[in-house]
Amino acid sequence: MPKLDAVSRRKFIAVGGGTSLAAFLAACGGGGDTTTMVTNTGQESEPAESGKGSETEQFGKGDIGILNYALTLEYLEAAFYKDVVKSGLFKGEELAVLKKFGAEEQQHVEALSGTVKKLGGKPAPMPKAEFPLKSAKSVAELAGTVENLGAAAYLGQAGNIKSPEVLAAALSIHSVEARHAATLNTLLKLSITPDGAFGKPADVATVLKSVEPFIVG
Amino acid sequence: MSEKKLSEVEGLVHPELAGVEVVEESGGDFSRSDVLLKGALAAGAVYGTFMVAPYVRGAFAAAGTSDVDILNFALTLEYLESSFYEEAKKKAKPSGELKALVDLLASDEKQHVEALAGTIKKLGGKPVSEPKFNFEYNGTAEFLKLAETFENTGVSAYNGAGPAIKSKEVLGAAGSIVQVEARHAAAIALQNGQEPSPSTFDAPLDEKQVLKAVEPFIA
Repeated sequence: MPKLDAVSRRKFIAVGGGTSLAAFLAACGGGGDTTTMVTNTGQESEPAESGKGSETEQFGKGDIGILNYALTLEYLEAAFYKDVVKSGLFKGEELAVLKKFGAEEQQHVEALSGTVKKLGGKPAPMPKAEFPLKSAKSVAELAGTVENLGAAAYLGQAGNIKSPEVLAAALSIHSVEARHAATLNTLLKLSITPDGAFGKPADVATVLKSVEPFIVG
Repeated sequence: MSEKKLSEVEGLVHPELAGVEVVEESGGDFSRSDVLLKGALAAGAVYGTFMVAPYVRGAFAAAGTSDVDILNFALTLEYLESSFYEEAKKKAKPSGELKALVDLLASDEKQHVEALAGTIKKLGGKPVSEPKFNFEYNGTAEFLKLAETFENTGVSAYNGAGPAIKSKEVLGAAGSIVQVEARHAAAIALQNGQEPSPSTFDAPLDEKQVLKAVEPFIA
């Protein structure tokens, strides 16, 4: 094997770091995606109609509904981290972590929003949210709750997603939320695996009920 | 085809993966799962762990696959992690917080092995046998580096395989495991003074011909 080409390695690494998910789906939809789960043309991800009444129907049909549900949660997370960073409750390394996570959630927002549009849907609106920011401890606890919930939400929907590309995207976000959750659990000196060796999914009703208190107007 | 040595390659992103040996002790040939694992490790070593997902996806797509095949690959990966952490309880000389973490990791991976083997049997399949692994590292710092890389490899592998899974239930099971692998990855990174969430998406963004490039390194 020849010495790895420095340019192509940089490209891989750059691509791995920050390209938007929408660009990823465009690349997959464009040609030659080789996943085996494709049952239709395998080219563009089409907005799939779900046969049964789906939990995420209020957000849209099929995969678009699921993506918009996820988008709503990501909006809330991004807003939360923005408030947290502004609050002045954290500094140093902890602040840096929270800033980074907030930036990632914002990128999730953009990617999900772009994906919904690409699928021909209308992205869910950004909810207006207010978060209690009483103390560093209570905020950290809230962050931990939100991230663990976010991971559970994605896990809960994985089986409902029709398109393999959308599923790949959802899985890639799901594991990042899990990393966030474990980090916050660590900061709080809680178990990194509150559900044990297997993550537990959460259904839409549970998730929405949990975030409802923070949505205003 | 003679097996080329990863350790002879220059410019590896993860040279620590080059020190991992997968040995099939049953006297038989490498199973498909062993080959996929070796390929995944090679892909990670050469290109970085985020490239493991396209490798796995491409490998499954190229040869066709059943859910049992995917689960057996996951099982082999879990055998590796379980074996690694069991051994690490002594070999990594962990103390304090890290000791508790290693115990947790070993316990989780053991449960993953059991769950995957059980699911395979339930689906009427045969769980692959456990290979023997040789892990090269000295001391805590090298252990942490290798552990972080393994967990990131696992996350990437599961995420790559996910869209190929046919059954919702199996996907749910895989999802519940990968979530924990990601949690592990973050915890180890924190112990290691690294970024717990280095990338916004734990995802492949290009599907390259990793298969072809990796071929020289696997049996």
